[in-house]
Amino acid sequence: MRKAAKTSALVASTALAAGALATPALADLTIASWGGSFQDAQRLLYFAPFAEERGITITEDDFVGGIGGLRAQVTGGAPTWNIVQVEAEELILGCEEGLFVPIDYSLLDYGEDDFIDGAATECGVGTIVWSKVLGYDADRITGETPGNWADFWDLETWPGQRGLRRGAQYNLEFALMADGVPAGEVYDMLRTAEGVDRAFAKLDEIRDHVTWWEAGAQPLQMMASGEVTMTSVYNGRVTGSNRAEGTNFAMVWDGSIYAIDSWVILEGTPDVELAHAFISFASHPERQARLPDYIAYGATHVDADQFISEDMAAHLPTTPANLDVAIEFDTEFWVENIEALTERFDRWAAR
Amino acid sequence: MTTSGPTVTGPELRARLRRSQRRTVLVSLGLVAPVVLFLILFFVVPIVQMLTMSVHDRSVAEGMPRTAAVIGTWDRDGLPAEEVYAAIAQDLIAGQQARALAGPARRLNQEIAGYRTVIFGTARGLPDAPANGWRETLIEADERWADPAHLVVLQRAVNPLTDYFMLYALDLERDLQDSIRLQDPDQRLFLGLIQRTLTIAVTVTLVCLLMGYPVAYLLANIGGSLRYVLLVLVLLPFWTSLLVRTAGWIVVLQTEGIANTAMLWTGVTSEPIRMIYNRFGTVVVMSQVLLPFMILPLYAVMSGISHWHMRAAQSLGASFPTAFRRVYMPQTMPGVAAGTLLVFMLSIGYYITPALVGGSGDQMLSYFIAFYATETVNWGLAAALGTVLMVIVLTMFLVYSWFFGVDRMKLS
Repeated sequence: MRKAAKTSALVASTALAAGALATPALADLTIASWGGSFQDAQRLLYFAPFAEERGITITEDDFVGGIGGLRAQVTGGAPTWNIVQVEAEELILGCEEGLFVPIDYSLLDYGEDDFIDGAATECGVGTIVWSKVLGYDADRITGETPGNWADFWDLETWPGQRGLRRGAQYNLEFALMADGVPAGEVYDMLRTAEGVDRAFAKLDEIRDHVTWWEAGAQPLQMMASGEVTMTSVYNGRVTGSNRAEGTNFAMVWDGSIYAIDSWVILEGTPDVELAHAFISFASHPERQARLPDYIAYGATHVDADQFISEDMAAHLPTTPANLDVAIEFDTEFWVENIEALTERFDRWAAR
Repeated sequence: MTTSGPTVTGPELRARLRRSQRRTVLVSLGLVAPVVLFLILFFVVPIVQMLTMSVHDRSVAEGMPRTAAVIGTWDRDGLPAEEVYAAIAQDLIAGQQARALAGPARRLNQEIAGYRTVIFGTARGLPDAPANGWRETLIEADERWADPAHLVVLQRAVNPLTDYFMLYALDLERDLQDSIRLQDPDQRLFLGLIQRTLTIAVTVTLVCLLMGYPVAYLLANIGGSLRYVLLVLVLLPFWTSLLVRTAGWIVVLQTEGIANTAMLWTGVTSEPIRMIYNRFGTVVVMSQVLLPFMILPLYAVMSGISHWHMRAAQSLGASFPTAFRRVYMPQTMPGVAAGTLLVFMLSIGYYITPALVGGSGDQMLSYFIAFYATETVNWGLAAALGTVLMVIVLTMFLVYSWFFGVDRMKLS
């Protein structure tokens, strides 16, 4: 979900602690998602109808990310939450630690092939897809428009600053794609020392023209104020801003990197079958297809696409035309290398 | 009371006195108990915990107990014995089933990126019994099981007590012979980061002193309602959220912001100057945020200085600058000491402001503490960096109290 700044981490952990301390609900199912308008939409589409259909009560809570809170719930005995929407990193780490009940696909109405690549995993079922794209203000770039990361690096045709999220994540991938590495080979390349050198060498080319952002709302502000000509940005934020603020930001899907958030069932959940039933309910393609009406994340069921209007589809990472030119964020690679590469990034930035 | 009166004997009087004294002591203990408890719970305990975490990690010892028991026998001359490899293999097989390998994998990967794959990759494909002994089987599964660097890291990590994080936080490492050395120049990070943090903190402190001193002087030497207006202006930032003030500066300093527009319009510059997302922006915004912490102690000290001192000096023939330098300024030193110490200590731990208005080369120690603590769950290194920060602050405080004396500093 990558909603907000990491600057809110302290607030976040406090909220987590508070969440863990909340009185154990008498509900049949307790679901934790990412709060705000996003969870409002989920309640409308998934939680309330499922509770009604089954005649059960569902309690909700906010999850703010981080493996620590989930670990505390499971190792502390009976978890307060049963189902949580987690990011890819927590999915991998939690699965390795045995925090999640392995998904029994025979209990779902859908098989593993009914989900897009990477969404049906051992410990979780994907529910939304979000993406990091190249964004620009279409009111400011009116002539020739950029079409890929090579254009992002082209400071002659499109002069001005470039916005990137501070750190190595995503940016090394973008740099390799700008350097002509085919999207499918980016992570193979990054797994070699030469590949990492090549990515940093490519970043060198725009080094003095990058404005680094930290919080997810910053690139929007930077585009609107003309601080940057192009920036990496989360797709949901762009569509949200265009809808709510009337901005005219455009997105380039070529070379975008998408990631999947998944439902997981916490180990120790009493009614595992009910939890599976909920996940199945929330994976229904027609139901999933209505979520973008509220917030522009892609659906994980392969058939959901058919129920989404063409107008809307253009803004979603899961629309085939957008998905085909994107790559999936390689969480395994980053879990293993984020420290070494972030440290190298800072050495590079401080030079 | 029958026992009262002149009939009370010596020993009984002493006992009663002791009782009443004990009651007094208990009452005063009761009065300070809440604050002492609060300090212990929320100040002492976390600091002790942090210090512990920077040198103590049980994850490998717990996740790979068989290995921990035997790997100490390896003398680092050639490959370890078969029994060591057998222990590793049994730990991997048992750990894979019990899902207990995440801790060791995380801890080992902190030292060598890629160790996670060695652990999980090997654990997934291991047979129940080896064809040609465990050593060969493991090395066949992943050749890094024959790499001395990987094995030495494992041998060290089974010991819960570790100096790895503290050394790493100072750009030091142990070589294969266990002697401590500086890392290769292209691997160093933290010494430069500490230097950068100190540079920014000192710069901000000096800027605050240069800007705050005249303001405090003015505040202390004008009367009436003007002083209150000035005081309110100084205090106003205190009542505004840090994030709002930082965002306000973005509006002012950005490329098409107020400052640049004004300078372009008046012809001061012909093209916009970059004033934000770099060191300049960081120092400007941090100085503005921290300025009140400089002005208030200075003002408190200055308002206690009698204006007769200056007049006396001048009547004895000193010019105003001389009188100011030799009579007034020395008397303000307790305020200068308190203000600079306060601003320095606050700025050295700054996080949000540099993150939002600094460039990538302007992030301070706390940025990395947050990174390791919240993004990569590397508590050991986060704690070690926190310890470094704490040592800097304590040293600074000791130096200051040695020069100025703590009791002479006026904090407000």
